[in-house]
Amino acid sequence: MTTTTLDSKVPSGPIEDRWDNHKFSINLVNPANKRKFTVIVVGTGLAGASAAASLAELGYRVRVFTFHDSARRAHSIAAQGGINASKNYPNDGDSAFRLFYDTVKGGDYRSRESNVYRLAQVSADIIDQCTAQGVPFARDYGGLLANRSFGGAQVSRTFYARGQTGQQLLLGAYQAMMRQVHLGNVELTTQTELVDVVVKDGVAVGIVTRNLLTGDTESHSAHAVVLATGGYGNAFYLSTNAMKSNVTAAWRAHKKGAFFANPCYTQIHPTCIPASDEFQSKLTLMSESLRNDGRIWVPDKVGDDRPAADIPETERDYYLERRYPAFGNLVPRDVASRAAKKEVDQMKGVGPLRNGVFLDFADPIDRLGEGEIRERYGNLFEMYERITGEDPYAQPMRIYPAVHYTMGGLWVDYNLMTNLPGLYCLGEANFSDHGANRLGASALMQGLADGYFVLPYTIGDYLSESLGNEPVPTDDQVFKDAETEASDHVNRLLSIGGTRSVDWFHRELGKIVWENCGMERNAEGLEKAISEIQALKTEFDTDLRVLGSADRLNQSLDKAGRVEDFFGLAELMCRDALHREESCGGHFRVEHQTEDGEALRDDENFSYVAAWDWNGGEKPTLHKEPLEFEYVKLAQRSYK
Amino acid sequence: MDLTLEVWRQAGESAEGRFETYDAPDVSEDMSFLEMLDLVNERLIAEEREPIAFDHDCREGICGSCGVMINGKAHGPQLGTATCQLHMRQFEDGDRIVVEPWRAKAFAIVRDLVVDRSPLDRIIEAGGYISAPTGAAPDANMIPVPKESADAAMDAAACIGCAACIAACPNSAGQLFTSAKLAHLDLLPQGQPERYKRVEAMVETMEEFFGSCTNHGECESACPKSISIDNIALMNRDYLIAKLKNRKLAGQH
Amino acid sequence: MEIYRTDVGKKYAMAISGVMLLGFVVFHMIGNLHVFQGAAQINTYGEGLRDLGEPLFPRTLVLWAFLRVPLAAAFAVHIHAAYTLGYTNLKARGTHYQSPRDYLVANYASRTMRWSGTIVLLFLAWHLADLTWGIKTVNSEFARGDIYNNLVFTFSRWPVVVLYLAAQIALAFHIRHGAWSLFQSIGANNPRFNKFRRTFANTFTAIIVIGFMAVPLGTVFGIIH
Repeated sequence: MTTTTLDSKVPSGPIEDRWDNHKFSINLVNPANKRKFTVIVVGTGLAGASAAASLAELGYRVRVFTFHDSARRAHSIAAQGGINASKNYPNDGDSAFRLFYDTVKGGDYRSRESNVYRLAQVSADIIDQCTAQGVPFARDYGGLLANRSFGGAQVSRTFYARGQTGQQLLLGAYQAMMRQVHLGNVELTTQTELVDVVVKDGVAVGIVTRNLLTGDTESHSAHAVVLATGGYGNAFYLSTNAMKSNVTAAWRAHKKGAFFANPCYTQIHPTCIPASDEFQSKLTLMSESLRNDGRIWVPDKVGDDRPAADIPETERDYYLERRYPAFGNLVPRDVASRAAKKEVDQMKGVGPLRNGVFLDFADPIDRLGEGEIRERYGNLFEMYERITGEDPYAQPMRIYPAVHYTMGGLWVDYNLMTNLPGLYCLGEANFSDHGANRLGASALMQGLADGYFVLPYTIGDYLSESLGNEPVPTDDQVFKDAETEASDHVNRLLSIGGTRSVDWFHRELGKIVWENCGMERNAEGLEKAISEIQALKTEFDTDLRVLGSADRLNQSLDKAGRVEDFFGLAELMCRDALHREESCGGHFRVEHQTEDGEALRDDENFSYVAAWDWNGGEKPTLHKEPLEFEYVKLAQRSYK
Repeated sequence: MDLTLEVWRQAGESAEGRFETYDAPDVSEDMSFLEMLDLVNERLIAEEREPIAFDHDCREGICGSCGVMINGKAHGPQLGTATCQLHMRQFEDGDRIVVEPWRAKAFAIVRDLVVDRSPLDRIIEAGGYISAPTGAAPDANMIPVPKESADAAMDAAACIGCAACIAACPNSAGQLFTSAKLAHLDLLPQGQPERYKRVEAMVETMEEFFGSCTNHGECESACPKSISIDNIALMNRDYLIAKLKNRKLAGQH
Repeated sequence: MEIYRTDVGKKYAMAISGVMLLGFVVFHMIGNLHVFQGAAQINTYGEGLRDLGEPLFPRTLVLWAFLRVPLAAAFAVHIHAAYTLGYTNLKARGTHYQSPRDYLVANYASRTMRWSGTIVLLFLAWHLADLTWGIKTVNSEFARGDIYNNLVFTFSRWPVVVLYLAAQIALAFHIRHGAWSLFQSIGANNPRFNKFRRTFANTFTAIIVIGFMAVPLGTVFGIIH
């Protein structure tokens, strides 16, 4: 593979001044000229909705597309725990620098320092913005905002709205965007999926969409295209992502030349409800805040079938407290997840399928009383009982890790622009800020930072260059070709006429990826996975059965297109994991671990962002963006 | 358990619809209602019959995409539960389950169990927001909000926009949805400047699409987030004030 | 009235006219109980209503201007609003549910307001013909001013007694939902007092209905004769 070096356009100077200096040095678009520019935003989650609202407020003409029936349904809505911000309201020593430091360290030194510092800087503005929009954050009796410590952070910097923080933040962004719809500055199109990014002379000039209700293929041109289309966790089939979450927009941009960065960085969330049977369609996450009080354990004995209450203290292994005395049950997500896998692999798992570990609230209930626990976690306990039929006040919960978030995504520079001029990527869909592992309560922060406070500044720099240029007309040949290709693609899926449903393929793909590119990876497994994925893809191309037609709502057809893209992504993920001969954050290669079984980085050889080039469908090419750490000293993470 | 389903099938908005009967054998009680439908769909595909279309996404009761009438009840028999969170242990072996889409004039049937709920977005668009352009916000702690108010606003803001309230209402009224959105913003100090303008705009948009409230309370019971009809009373009060009050004086307190 | 054009406004109109009608029902019921004090008392009470406001105002002016006309107006508004809202609601459903509904809390009273209201309205027509206007085909022995004997005669006919009792049951259903619901419609809602609203509606209904039924039943059992 050939490699080139990517320019991240990171400004120079002291890190705390870089963003301000950059904002000053980049070009602006005069207020009167903003309305001459059209920007397409795809996706209406936190990043997309906040970007659309902010751009429209600035005066740009914004066209927004979502495949949902309403712009309020994106999966950002399901985030429970909270959003970080370095407000330092609790006076416990937080600062932008500390949040920056924690994020770089938590990301296992695989993120870009300048981006992370900017994220930490604007985090405080996000809280102000959302509060002004009416987000009902939790408050203390004095009426001021409440904070909690989240996911083992040493300071309380997480703002939350019950267990529905994502929902409330999304509603805020959605409402801000709907205000712009009302004012005529945003044109919102629902039930419409991106099927292609149109590139002319190396520049993104528009998109092709498919109306999910009528099947109509349409072209839309603009001065810039913004993808805010979420992560690719559903490549694993079972994940905590929503059923419709997919990689299609990012993947089709990748096929048009956008580089896909660090696809192997996937986050496994330690506290999900284990699968109950083969037909399980998704996994449900339970807020990590449960680990603040709950104690995690498994029986000492292999295959111990007794109910939890009958297992005496002396025959329980509180393995996190034992192995990590300092952090105990609050070790970072990747560490907690791998530890659970280790116990289950040793046949110490609990539950009917032996696929979980206990998360026990007996101690805190004794200590604080059931009322207090109900106050803190009541809604989570209820949800658990609804799903499992078990009462967590009376018996420990069963939990197991599940795919939750993907740190990888389209490569973007400091301006959030991909390597294709005019194509931007925000939120989980880009790779930018979390390195190899994301801290709890940082996803919401990044999505909103990108949308409210980064893109609205940086996009002007690009747009100002094309003042006076009309967007490429949609009857241009590039659009016509893309449309033809899109309808041919749909017709091909419908005409395969095989025997297997799209869900079957998705489930089989998920098994391969989870088995070989999940919590632990090794070279042999990854190579096997690549060939299995290719074989399954061949089967998909010949044996897929999609019934019905393309001219009305056809959910199997919609899904077939998305699953097809997961094949490509899954293969790239395995390739990336195979090439990265080290362990870091969410990427754990069994060949690279310390004597204690912890992730062992190779900073000398792998301190870079791996950005993959589609290369016309031939073997993908690797481009590297070297990472430099001026402010955070590289160190082995230790949570002992 | 073995079940029999009667599911509404309709090819499109103007097509004729009808109930079709399907056997659903070997359903596990740990399945969610939608996983049970997945299973039925897998069988239909195997028999080369088109699967049942139904809306769903997050499957954890928060996105508000799912929702059907199950045996005459919106979201089925379990109170405070969205369809995706309803599990089959709520049913018994041999049960006959009737599944029908939400019905309201404003909600056209897209296909089978999928309906078009875009009128809810029109209500939000009309005024369901606080005008706070990005960048203009003061420090978040500048305006203290009494905990009771913040909690009550959160109770209302928990609405997931599934439209079960409208589907369950004998009058197809949109009051619970609209009043919840209003209460969320109106109970907070940040929502005060636009409070009366908002209630006027949203109520009047609501009335373009939906019926009127006769205080049955069916909406509250159908709501997967158990949002209270107290919000409707608040909306009614604010609406009258909006019509009578001299709003030039609203800055006085 | 601009506000009356909206559905929420119509509900205010229904609630306010409903309060007026409830007020009427209360005073009518209390007035009726004079019958147990004997013929002289109730007849004097009846005359007294006509004399209200004398000597400041001409006889019967107060009765007409402050009681009868506003009451008739309240009826008209209540019925008009109910009819138009009912029509709106019917249109808002479009296609009805094709499978049976299983209501959770919408009770018989709340779902049959239009029928209980219609029954009360029809009864009212009969009642006016019977004991106010004294139309001969309805009450052949009607004598203006002799309330007591008019009552005794009308309740000497058992179908009339049944009609009155049945109408009271309809009225009970109607005001049981109405007396709870009106607070909701006018936005008089406070979590501290909400739990009393149901009790209030039930108690209020019981008092009114028992008070009204006392007269026909009293006649049947010979207390009034």
